[in-house]
This record gives sequence, structure tokens and C-alpha cells, in this order.
Amino acid sequence: MVNTYYPGNLEEALEIRNQHHPIPLMGGTDLMVKYRSWAGSLPEFPGPVMYINHLKELQGISKNAGSVYIGAGTTLSEIEKSRIVPLLLREAVEEMAAPALRNLGTLAGNIGNASPAGDAVCALVVLDASVKLESIHGGKRVVKVEDFITGPGKTELKNNELITWIIIPQKEVSFVNYRKVGTRKANALSKLSLCSDVKIKNGIIDDIRIAVGAVGPTVVRSRIIEERIIGNRVEELSKKIRAIIEDYSVIIVPIDDQRSTSAYRKQVALNLIQQFLGRIGKEEYID
Amino acid sequence: MSKIHFTLNGKEMEVDVHPSKRLLDVLRDTLAQTSVKEGCGEGECGACSVLKDGLLVNSCMVPMAAVEGTEITSLEGYRNTDKGKCLIEAFADTGAVQCGFCTPGMVMAAEALLSENPAPDEKEIRRGLSGNLCRCTGYDMIIKGVMLAAERGKGLW
Repeated sequence: MVNTYYPGNLEEALEIRNQHHPIPLMGGTDLMVKYRSWAGSLPEFPGPVMYINHLKELQGISKNAGSVYIGAGTTLSEIEKSRIVPLLLREAVEEMAAPALRNLGTLAGNIGNASPAGDAVCALVVLDASVKLESIHGGKRVVKVEDFITGPGKTELKNNELITWIIIPQKEVSFVNYRKVGTRKANALSKLSLCSDVKIKNGIIDDIRIAVGAVGPTVVRSRIIEERIIGNRVEELSKKIRAIIEDYSVIIVPIDDQRSTSAYRKQVALNLIQQFLGRIGKEEYID
Repeated sequence: MSKIHFTLNGKEMEVDVHPSKRLLDVLRDTLAQTSVKEGCGEGECGACSVLKDGLLVNSCMVPMAAVEGTEITSLEGYRNTDKGKCLIEAFADTGAVQCGFCTPGMVMAAEALLSENPAPDEKEIRRGLSGNLCRCTGYDMIIKGVMLAAERGKGLW
């Protein structure tokens, strides 16, 4: 039987993590399923487990110096209902799973699990969010979510660190666009998802951010293509959409799996990007 | 093994279990709460739904470590309350129960919804019950059941 830890506070949790390197378990919605066994028997975790969802230091959502801070133990339901969380992330979270799961699942867990189909991760990459990682003796570092997740199930988390906070810089945008494509409205993992927003100023595209989830080992986002879109006048964009889609066509190279096919994912991703770009100039928004 | 303390349907409990044991197994096997069903065991079907501190959760995903100090409500307790009776009667009157396997989870999901939104429209009900699968009714009767309960039970929620 594997060891189980239930620390009383964050300091103790970091001590245990440093000494025994247990798997940190938050809401359990991924790990309790991944390692489940027969009904009535214990989950078969591959190593020691540390329950940290109850830690008070990891709860809450706050705003400070232009950024939103979300505690690692904050549930998806709490995020969905918060008025200070950026709209794009709320829209992504609202579409995740179902109410009972959102009452358990956490954003930190979604990041740590590093599934290519993690919907919240796609939104966090567009929002330029970071994770705060802490270790014993006041060790801390802040890493962009985009750099933190390196492949399916793989992250930069060291075996003595815990994700403690998610930090999202606040930014004014003209409108946000979240689209998820899945087999069932609730609970289905995404075939793909598109997260994007745009800032328009005096009729010119001041900033644009586009990310596609579940079409590669990690979220796909290209700052090079975004730079090419930025600076264009809104009314001139329609002439350039075809070239932009061609640019995206080169970097969106999904795989076939049980949820969808490569060809379907690619076509739908490009269609959704095209639809988003088409909305620019047609939507009513605050310039 | 460790001693976990919580309340079940208002009654204080102390169980001596492994902290990684699923709440579902403890409720069914140790505490005889057989309304709590294991359908899929992976959070897709909602048959094991209970309330934890008033919030709907899939008990198949909750390790006992996360139950310490919380209040758990299962259908065995809820069915004796005025709200529970109202929902159950409304389900019966609209034909919302056929084989009955999903019903306990559906009732708990309906309670979670009505406690937040006492007068939901159809869309809100579908969203509230979106994590609960039913293979018999086609859902329409269940949705009507929740609507009827909301109407008859005005002031209850």
C-alpha cells in the first residue's frame, strides 16, 4: 500500500513534497479516475499521494497590480462564478465537464495534468497566464503556462515543487471568442477548442491572441502570425484572411485518435479561426 | 487507515478507512447508502452524485481524505425533507422514473440546481442535469419533473 499524506498547511506540504516526492492530488477528477481499480478497492496510485485540496493557503481569487491571482485549490465552479476572472477563461471553464465535476476540479489540476485536450489550458495560454511554483525554504518561481506544459502529461514541475497560484495579467480586449467542439455537450473531452481575443483601437487591430487546443501535443499559438495581423486596419482584414489561414494551416498538424481525426480537427480549427477573423469588423465592441 | 469525521444526512460519523478510499465505496459498502450507484466510476454518468457541503459532487471521484470535516447528503437523508418529498412526488407524477438507476443522482442534481436557482427555465435545467445520464426517459420527463417541483414547491427553495 502506498503512503498517503495529509498536510496541515502549505509549509508542511512543501516539506513532505521535498522529502517524499508524493503526487499532489487536488480535486481528484483526473487522478481518481486514471488510477481507479475495482469497485470497493483502493485506487492504484503509482507512488505516494499527498492530498492538498484542503490547504487554506491555496484558496481564493484576488486582484492585485493588474493581475488576477487564482489559488491552486480554487474549484472550477468558483472560477466560473467569479466576476474578476477574465471572461475568456470563465467561458472556457463553463463549458468544461458538468456541474458536479466543476465543484471538484481545479485549474491547477488541469494544468498539472497537462492533457492536450485541457480546455482551461488553451484559455490560459491565450491570456499569457503563469503558474507560481513553490518549494521549501521560500523557493519560488513563476513560469508561463505555455512554457510549463511541455507535452502530453509532461510539465516543468520539479519533484519538490507545488503549483500554488495561477497568475493572469489583466488586459482590455474588444471581444473574446471561445469555441469548443466535442461529441457530447457535457463531460466530453474536446475534439478541439479555439480560444481567441482581439483589441481594436481607432479601427486598427491593436492586439490579437489566438490559440487552438487539442490539435497538437501542446496548445498551438503563433506569435509570428499574430504579429502579422496586428497593425492591420479592420476593414482591410477580410482581404488577408486567406493568407492568414494558410499560415495557420502549416502549424496546425493534429493526430487521429479515439475522439476525432486529423483531417476533421484541422479543417474545423481553420474554419473557427476564419470565423473569428470574420467577426472582427462586424461585431459591436468598445473601440 | 485513519479516522475520518464528517456528517451524513445531519448525523455525525467517524469511519476508520484508508484516506484514498472513494466516498462512493464508503457510502455504499460501509454506511449502506445504496441510493448511491456506481455507473461508470469515472465522473461521466452522475449516478453516484451526492451533496458535499451543499454542492453536487461525483462520489466516485472523492477520496475520503477530502471528506474530513464536511457535510454529506445522500438521497437516504434528502428524501425525508420537504424539498426531497416535493421532488420525488413531482418525478413520480411526470413519469421521470423508469428503471430508476439514475434517479437518486438526478434528484440530488435537481436539488443542487434548485438551491441555486429556484425557478430555472428548461435550458438551465438541462445544464444543471448535464452531468447525469439516463438511458430510459429521454430526459424530457425528468425536466418536466424538475419544473413541476419548482412550481409546486414555490417558497421551499
